[in-house]
Amino acid sequence: MPLADAGELMVNSMNLASDLQGLFAYHFMVNAFRAGTIVAIAAAVIGWFMVIRQETFVGHSLALVGFPGAAGAVLIGASATLGLFAFCVAAALAIGLLPRGGRGFGEESAVVGTVQALALACGFLFVSLYHGLLIGVNALLFGSFLGVTDEQVLTLLLFGVVALAVLSAVGRPLLFASLDGDVAAANGVPVRRLSLLFLVLLGVAAAEVSQITGTLLVFALLVVPPATAQQLTPHPLKSMALAVALGLAITWAGLAAAYYSPYPVGFFITSFAFAAYLVVRLARGSAWRIAARRWQRAAEPAA
Amino acid sequence: MIALLLNPAAGLAQMLGHPFIRDGFIAGTGVALACGLVGYFAVLRGQVFTGDALSHAAFTGALAALALGLDARLGLFGVTVAVALGMGLLGARGRADDVVIGNVFAWVLGLGVLFLAIYTTQRSSGNGAAGPAVLFGSIFGLSAASARLALLIGLATAIALLVLARPLLFASVDEAVAAAQGVPVRGVGLLFLALIGLAAAEGAQVVGALLVLGLLSAPAAAAQRLVDRPYVGLALSAALALLAMWGGLTLSYAVPRLPPSFAIIATATAIYAVAALLPMLRRLRPSGRRERPAAARAVTPSA
Repeated sequence: MPLADAGELMVNSMNLASDLQGLFAYHFMVNAFRAGTIVAIAAAVIGWFMVIRQETFVGHSLALVGFPGAAGAVLIGASATLGLFAFCVAAALAIGLLPRGGRGFGEESAVVGTVQALALACGFLFVSLYHGLLIGVNALLFGSFLGVTDEQVLTLLLFGVVALAVLSAVGRPLLFASLDGDVAAANGVPVRRLSLLFLVLLGVAAAEVSQITGTLLVFALLVVPPATAQQLTPHPLKSMALAVALGLAITWAGLAAAYYSPYPVGFFITSFAFAAYLVVRLARGSAWRIAARRWQRAAEPAA
Repeated sequence: MIALLLNPAAGLAQMLGHPFIRDGFIAGTGVALACGLVGYFAVLRGQVFTGDALSHAAFTGALAALALGLDARLGLFGVTVAVALGMGLLGARGRADDVVIGNVFAWVLGLGVLFLAIYTTQRSSGNGAAGPAVLFGSIFGLSAASARLALLIGLATAIALLVLARPLLFASVDEAVAAAQGVPVRGVGLLFLALIGLAAAEGAQVVGALLVLGLLSAPAAAAQRLVDRPYVGLALSAALALLAMWGGLTLSYAVPRLPPSFAIIATATAIYAVAALLPMLRRLRPSGRRERPAAARAVTPSA
């Protein structure tokens, strides 16, 4: 178990400065931080639009389809990262291009559930065909920061930069189409083509996040930072910047915690993300209650 | 494979001559009955993703029990049913949005990863395959005693659902009228959630926590495609789940490289695909019949 070995070797000395230095002593850790930074930024910006468009579970499903992609790529000897990107983007195109059918919500969710289970089952098949090396499943599903290569960092950077460049080119009409599709369509915005394009971007983001958190835990970086930021401020640019800051903080803290402990990175990232969301939700709830009480008190003498 | 095709009776006898296959069929029968029956109502009520969420809880529950040194089934059933009841009690006060659900379940999975790490690194009896086994099932690894227990729990779940079927159907079709007629709608809904929890935990033993969603949704969705009458559909759903289970187990016996959980989910998906395509092929008409409202379809005799 390499995680346990790492934990024993790199003991926390309780000295912040030397601990921070120790964090970057190994090349694999520098690469992990590079990858984490790229992923956190891309995920926060694309996830921001995803939360606005209420497509969170689409992001989840796309990431799950990435699992057989990565496992299949390893099976045929290709790069797992490329497999992730190929399957996530292909799934995004399939979701966007296939006609919406079915008999209402019950069956539509049953179909999504069936396809999701089949995708995971295929991933399991590929992993077990790969000489039964079952331990690798955990890294694919729950993330791992060990062994991120320079090449992978470059791939992540390339996909991330292209996705963000495309997003910034269509950002304004996309926001318009996301907030009010009908009015945007009436104003000549190509709403359908934009939503297909966004699904592809979402596929890229899901694949990027899968590299750090694994395919099962993408919610932690794709949904939580934007959803938390949107709780704090309604201003689009401000909340997007806040989402990026939160995503970076969660990722860096998660990587550092996993480095100095024997426990997996997926646990820390999901826990930090959940804690951030919970704190903001509770604080906002109590702020609402205080405001409501003040308003009530102000209203009382008049009544 | 060839022996099975040339002489089905002798091949079947030979297959069932292996104790581990026989135990797999015994446990699988209970699981298929429970998942087929419960899944039918889950699809009808649009609660497929509740089943998904509960299977995540099943994963964490099983690994928490293993990490504490207890029997995995204790955590599997206890945690899953407790979470199901908790969701039912909280859900009555206000519907949680998908961001909250996604947050909570990403964190639940994150906790599961933590327990997995504790189990594999600190328990001397722990082994690295525990995670994949809980996630993707290990039906051929069941002992004779646990196979019989799985059959009993599956049968008990199926019988409980059949007892509940009448009021549950009433409450699912028209909640307001059912409540006015004196059906305890909340209590029935809560009991049904507990049954989803039982079915998810039961299925997790055989096809694994990640794939149980397919067993809950594919046979049920296929049954709803094929017949409109609820009780016939309920029976058909259970029959199709049994077909998927037995077919999948036979397939993975015939082709040993296929893991049984993959074979079962692939068979279930194939059954749904056939059910969805059959009416399309039979009544291939140029006019778009997808646009017809549900009520119009229900009165068409051949639908």
